[in-house]
Amino acid sequence: MTQAATDPQSASPGGAALADRIAERLGEMVFARTDANPRRTWLSVRPERVREAVRVLWEEFDGRMATASGIDVRDGIEVQYHFSFDRANLVVTLRVLAARPETELDSVGQDLPAANWIEREMHDLLGVRFRGHPDMRRLILSDDWPEGVYPLRRDYDNANERRGPSGAMPPDEAQG
Amino acid sequence: MVKRAMIAIGPFHPLQEEAEFFQLYVEGETVVDMDVRISYNHRGIEQLSTQKTFDQVPFVVERVCGICSASHPLAYIRAVEDICGCTVPERAEYLRTIVKELERIHSHMLWLGLAGHFIGYNTVWMWVWKYREPVLETLERATGSRIHYANAKIGGVRRDMDDEALRAIDKAMDDLRGPMEMLTNAVLDDPVIHARLKDVGILTLEDARKWCVTGPTARGSGWAIDARADDPYGAYDRVQWQVRTRPEGDVFAKTVVRCLETLDALDIIKQCVRDMPGGPIDAGVEHVPAGEGCGRVEAPRGEAFHYVRSDGSNKPVRHKIRAPSYVNVPSFKASCIGQHIADVTITLASVDPCYSCTERFATARDATTGRHVMTFADMVRMSQERTRALQKEMGVEPLKLE
Repeated sequence: MTQAATDPQSASPGGAALADRIAERLGEMVFARTDANPRRTWLSVRPERVREAVRVLWEEFDGRMATASGIDVRDGIEVQYHFSFDRANLVVTLRVLAARPETELDSVGQDLPAANWIEREMHDLLGVRFRGHPDMRRLILSDDWPEGVYPLRRDYDNANERRGPSGAMPPDEAQG
Repeated sequence: MVKRAMIAIGPFHPLQEEAEFFQLYVEGETVVDMDVRISYNHRGIEQLSTQKTFDQVPFVVERVCGICSASHPLAYIRAVEDICGCTVPERAEYLRTIVKELERIHSHMLWLGLAGHFIGYNTVWMWVWKYREPVLETLERATGSRIHYANAKIGGVRRDMDDEALRAIDKAMDDLRGPMEMLTNAVLDDPVIHARLKDVGILTLEDARKWCVTGPTARGSGWAIDARADDPYGAYDRVQWQVRTRPEGDVFAKTVVRCLETLDALDIIKQCVRDMPGGPIDAGVEHVPAGEGCGRVEAPRGEAFHYVRSDGSNKPVRHKIRAPSYVNVPSFKASCIGQHIADVTITLASVDPCYSCTERFATARDATTGRHVMTFADMVRMSQERTRALQKEMGVEPLKLE
């Protein structure tokens, strides 16, 4: 039986060095860097360069895209693409802002299939529009959810949410 | 020209009783394209989590999934521990590892049983689940519950295990070794299972990287990634074990990986019990400062990835949860196309999709008339008949129980 045996202790500890190399390669695409610890690095990327930066991480450094997180912040929607570099025990996160009011970014899903679903999810829940995404159908929200209502945004108010088919309300609201 | 029809598996799965919708486009009996629809059961846990205090969140996220109910809290806790920069006491790390590996054993056994059922080996199903039961009892003995263990907390674990409990765990692992070896050998040596599962639903290494799959799905395609080795937590960097991979990428490869990992898990638990250090079980974290962290844990199905941001208050500002099936399920686009429809059942099952993260009822409709053509039960029957046909071809009598 053929198995690749890997000794867990031998995982190379070169995380910080790899993070330096990545930051150097990305050059002026990156305008800020935070190292939370030797295993976690955040790089802030200029929005217009995000597609290029993701391609570098994926194609040149063999990064595995774990997922992306979208966060509603004051100036727009902050999107974080988390890339794992498994052998080096390093997670590099590209931080990019989809600025209000457009909240638009170039889609990285058009190059990297793994980003396809998560971009659809962020479009549903946070209203980030991804330019050039191959398939922008809804993933999370139901087909009859109203257009332009994004449930993970800070200004979302579920008091306005449409009731179910029976018009049922939670007990405390029904009494009040 | 062959007429193209759409077979809808979903939106509710009649066997696994979970919601997920696969639309298979078939020409004759060959799958030519497919689409997946999810989120019929979206529970909004990410949002719910931001309304709980840091200490309450583990109880919410262990309900992401009843099978992975040790993995998600631990991934979240590791993300928060990253923000705090705290060091977890050694004994707590060992105790976490025991529960994590018990979870892997029961999850892989659950899968092995279901996979056996799908291809018509109902004996495998019954036997594996029979031996899975003591594992759940061991978990109950160790944590107080068969699922939703609630044993990990930020900075350590909530409850210690006494010597008697540890001895019981050790004995349960000894008792399970014989049956598990027997089952592994029975599966790996059976010529019909070889014929049925080899070269079926191949996910190439290139496709695996493209879809960024994780866990046994990746390791079955020869990609040696495992959060236990790559981002060591618990006691995984202190016990002996290895990352199991197979190069073939077919359903059989994934089966082998899971069987071997189950046997490895027995060893890991026994080593943890043997080397269990004394001392405290809790670092006593009192405040979570502002910051952000990523936590990774190797759940039975692959890497569970959690991102947490804190603003220094008592609740997370954002908590992103990425369960392993979320990246494994889209890879069907690569592994199912070109397959015989009777092979799709087992190919879909081969990544062990966790429907809590994603969803299935099966009915097949003719794409033009909308008439029901077959149900998922029919597809399981087709899958089982294909095994029978192979058995006949190979001159193997199906096993009959007296």
